[in-house]
Amino acid sequence: MRTRFRPDRRLTARMALTVFLLGLVYVAFIAVLVTLLRSWVAIVVIAGGVMAVQYWCSDRIALAGMGARIVDPQQQPRLHGVIDRLCAAADMPKPRVAVADTDLPNAFATGRNTDRAVVCVTTGLMRRLDTDELEGVLAHELSHIAHRDVAVMTLAAFLGVVAGMVTRFMFYSQLFGGRRRGDNQTYLLLVLVMAVSAVVYTLSFLLIRALSRYRELAADRAGATLTGRPSVLASALTKVTGEMARIPTRDLRTAQAFNAFFFTPAVGARPSLATLLSTHPTLQRRLDQLAEISTELERAAPEA
Amino acid sequence: MRFLDALLGRTRPVQPDLDALFAVPAAATTLQAALDLEPTGVGAVCFKTAEGPAAARAESEALSLLTADQAARVATSRDEYGYTWIAGRRDRDDLAGLVTDLHAVNSTLADAGYGPSLLCTVTGFTGADGRRLGLVYLFKRGTFYPFAPSGAQSRDNALELQVRAQLGGELPVESDLSRWFPIWTTPAL
Repeated sequence: MRTRFRPDRRLTARMALTVFLLGLVYVAFIAVLVTLLRSWVAIVVIAGGVMAVQYWCSDRIALAGMGARIVDPQQQPRLHGVIDRLCAAADMPKPRVAVADTDLPNAFATGRNTDRAVVCVTTGLMRRLDTDELEGVLAHELSHIAHRDVAVMTLAAFLGVVAGMVTRFMFYSQLFGGRRRGDNQTYLLLVLVMAVSAVVYTLSFLLIRALSRYRELAADRAGATLTGRPSVLASALTKVTGEMARIPTRDLRTAQAFNAFFFTPAVGARPSLATLLSTHPTLQRRLDQLAEISTELERAAPEA
Repeated sequence: MRFLDALLGRTRPVQPDLDALFAVPAAATTLQAALDLEPTGVGAVCFKTAEGPAAARAESEALSLLTADQAARVATSRDEYGYTWIAGRRDRDDLAGLVTDLHAVNSTLADAGYGPSLLCTVTGFTGADGRRLGLVYLFKRGTFYPFAPSGAQSRDNALELQVRAQLGGELPVESDLSRWFPIWTTPAL
């Protein structure tokens, strides 16, 4: 079988490297916790509990947070029609479809697996995009579901959260707990754990953000492959980001907690130094990739 | 590999299964005997045209295959979701010829590298009492499902389920009912 839709090996390699580094940081972190701390089990269990709740309830949390409601085909025939066709083309089960009643033009996908998945779009997005562009955005979101992004990102963030908790816990216990026993060795040990945790937290934070950006690019690529129209997705992106920059800030602040799930992050125009910390690649980076896919489609089809 | 694909954010485009279409003529005999539904002689292929001249070339190549044959009449159209339909028409009793036509369109597009863009193929049936039925073939699943519109936005679910019961032994019928999506504007019906 021939196909014109080819994978991006460099993107795959970068993602593999990020995942590997993240794993490395975590393994080192666990090793340090095990050797230095007696009570590490409690910390891992607490953080694990928090993450498990987030993982299991990701769909409900996100929907409730956005004030979204599940809609059926009678209420939103166009939305369902687009998703029906995309799912048939990609051979994936159809997710539930939700609409959030806000003028912020955005979309997100969540849910721990393909059976519990939800795709949510805002009324602002549906109002601004035509059917083709809406399809591009939905293909991007469906790719997140196919790539199981909620599971991967929750897992990736897990030990980062543990490290953050350890750092904070140690910090406050030293501030307010006092060192009554005056045991120099214990004190040194705690400072060491705190330092390691802080380093792990910083490193994992940067790596998770990088991973998130790569996954956005991967979802863009997969979405454009599914529709065969990278340029339409690019036009939707430009439209949405252009509109995002013009939205007043109060709307944005309420939505910022959900950035990681969004089609485009809910921030205004901002300086480029933030790229390293952002959950999404820059608009230019995404447009460049889509332009690349567009030219790839013109080349002769290789044997798959 | 599935796990690695998820971890690395890779998607493999799903390739279509084209040959199952040839089972349609036999199924048509069953439909006629059991439910008094006759083929209309109209069938259509639905796909998403990728952007760019290469896709347009593949599409016109597929079209020219059909127009070369005098017995076949062809029409193309765009639906409201931006999908392209290539509809072929033959005599009512020449269902085998129609299926061959549709298969030719499918394989031309697949050979040009647009297999992942194929969505479905529909063959039309009609009853003496005005019932309409589309037998929809889902490429990526390799399964069929019945679609019976009874109004502008309503479906004759009873007829669809009857068809499923009748054809269960002959065709791979899609078991997941949520994948039986409506195609209101198909030119095949």
